[in-house]
Amino acid sequence: MLKIKGLQASIGDKQILNGIDLEVKPGEVHAIMGPNGSGKSTLASVLAGREEFEVTGGTIEYKGMDLLEKSPEERAAEGVFLAFQYPVEIPGVTTINFLKTAVNEIRKYRGENPLDAAQFLRLVKEKAKLVNMNDALLKRALNEGFSGGEKKRNEIFQMAVLEPTLAILDETDSGLDIDALRIVSDGVNKLRAPDKATIVVTHYQRLLEYIVPDYVHVLYKGRIVKSGPKELALELEEKGYEWIKNEAADIA
Amino acid sequence: MRENTVLKDLLIDDFEQLVASVNGQADGLFFQQQKEAFNNFAALGFPTPKIEEWKYSNVKNIVNERYTFNQATSVSDEDILSLETPNLEGNILYFINGVYQPQLSRIVSPAEQVLILPLAEARHSHADLLATYFNKLVKNESEAFTALNTAFATEGLFIHVERNKVVESPIVLRFISDTRQGNAGAIPRIVVGVEENAQVKFAESFRTLGDQKSFTNIVTEIHVAESANVEYYKVQMESDEASHIGTTQVKMLDNSHFYAATVCLDGGFIRNNLNILIDGQNCDAYMYGLYLPDGKQHMDNHTLADHNKPNSHSNELYKGILVDQSSAVFNGKIFVRPDAQKTNAYQSCKNIVLSPSAKMNTKPQLEIFADDVKCSHGTTTGQLDEEALFYLRSRGIPKHEALALLMFAFCEDVLANIRIDAIRENLEQIVAKKLNAEEK
Repeated sequence: MLKIKGLQASIGDKQILNGIDLEVKPGEVHAIMGPNGSGKSTLASVLAGREEFEVTGGTIEYKGMDLLEKSPEERAAEGVFLAFQYPVEIPGVTTINFLKTAVNEIRKYRGENPLDAAQFLRLVKEKAKLVNMNDALLKRALNEGFSGGEKKRNEIFQMAVLEPTLAILDETDSGLDIDALRIVSDGVNKLRAPDKATIVVTHYQRLLEYIVPDYVHVLYKGRIVKSGPKELALELEEKGYEWIKNEAADIA
Repeated sequence: MRENTVLKDLLIDDFEQLVASVNGQADGLFFQQQKEAFNNFAALGFPTPKIEEWKYSNVKNIVNERYTFNQATSVSDEDILSLETPNLEGNILYFINGVYQPQLSRIVSPAEQVLILPLAEARHSHADLLATYFNKLVKNESEAFTALNTAFATEGLFIHVERNKVVESPIVLRFISDTRQGNAGAIPRIVVGVEENAQVKFAESFRTLGDQKSFTNIVTEIHVAESANVEYYKVQMESDEASHIGTTQVKMLDNSHFYAATVCLDGGFIRNNLNILIDGQNCDAYMYGLYLPDGKQHMDNHTLADHNKPNSHSNELYKGILVDQSSAVFNGKIFVRPDAQKTNAYQSCKNIVLSPSAKMNTKPQLEIFADDVKCSHGTTTGQLDEEALFYLRSRGIPKHEALALLMFAFCEDVLANIRIDAIRENLEQIVAKKLNAEEK
């Protein structure tokens, strides 16, 4: 589904990704771990098409397409979803109107008829239940005045409504207490399917107790320096990132 | 000696004709005030950018034109229909080039709720009542355009609400500059007296027919007595050849509420002065404003919340989006006089400048002479929030739609405060359309 080869990216004149190789197949969950500043969020942003980052080398193939040629909205319509580390507050736009616009723009891109008000409400009710999203929040301005937990839940709720093929969760666990973490993880797990894939970007192993990955990759200085099964996350938790840093230094 | 402009010379002639025509008539009381105001105007002359209050708004081109003043043209039903606001019910009063048009207007509120009279008529039929409100709040001796308006204050409207009366239907004043037969000028004077514990909402709307130049110089005086509640809306949708200089002067007494929203959609040159004297305790004053200049339009909003008594509250939010080579000015004054302890006064002005050739000037001005007050002000001028734009796009909303959505949301912050549903809904549609067109 997703093939990243030799991906390099920079912001301003600072190179952040130094050649990432990663392949994700349908049905898989990949965890990207790494110390702060290793490039995890940059990778997530580049996949979603954030324009501040300049891709200076490598390729990203998604469902056989050149993903880098697509605008952020085209990527979304093709099924790429980024759950933001810091969801943006947008005063004046209600969550419900925003989502209706998003759903129908994506349907338009795919050549489908727009959902009418009743169909859309049915969809929203069903998905809100799935992630325990409070109805009252939907009528409020997008993320405005939401708590950290509410914002993250809103991300997962949007993901449930948009049903992406490739979901990228960027530090979704940061700032969540254990209850919120469980609710968010439950939501993600309910959305797992054989034809869908998930990339979980996280600093801590904690989230991976709830969203169990098939593979764990460790990113350091803009490169994947170690990959392994889910147990690698536990090893990291025990030994800390110093271990990886030393190992990376040895290789160099 | 000030230099005379084309318009000033013309107005001097016009005023001499007015003097000749009035010649010893019964409304001598008003006429005396007009003459004084004219002398003020003649001495002041039109303001130049050397005067601080007019630093960013140069009227030179406007006052070197000729206009035919207060001369109604014949306007067809079709012309009017195109300017109507859908679903708006209430008292609708039409003015063509400043002259009241009874045959186009409809008054639906019963006479026991409210007195609505053309100014020319009120000067005769309700002279004493009018005299208690007319020319009581304005500053003819220092403001040239206000003095000019007072000098020619024969056309306009008098609205009077007796104590404890609630005017259920809004009163909508529709001013149309008809320039199809040449440059047109209008100098309407609106006098509003709202007595104790009475309630009224009214709106002024400004439109243009034709593509020649127009000049509107309007003054609105609003007296808000104890515990009265007044809503006031001003909507400007004029042509690129239209110039508008308007002053709204408000005085509030104890426990009263005044609520204003000004929406500048289009107009070649707009200068609005909204001055509120809060001369009572426990008053609430709200000022909302939105301006969306494009092309070479210039929109200048000056506001004043003048707190003269303790324990009152004022709140102000003005927002603008500037494109092309347009320019806008926001000057917001808050005065807190020595007696006005426990004043709460807030002001915010936010702008989005989408073109490098557009120009925004903001000047918040707080003068506080009391020590136990809460005041704040903030102005921001910037681009659209890139992070918000990316967020919307990452959910599948195309860039163009996302921009329009964000800009509309920015405007909605102001529009949502318009409490006459038909006007708000109509403005929301017009704004959405305008923003969409600008992005394309």
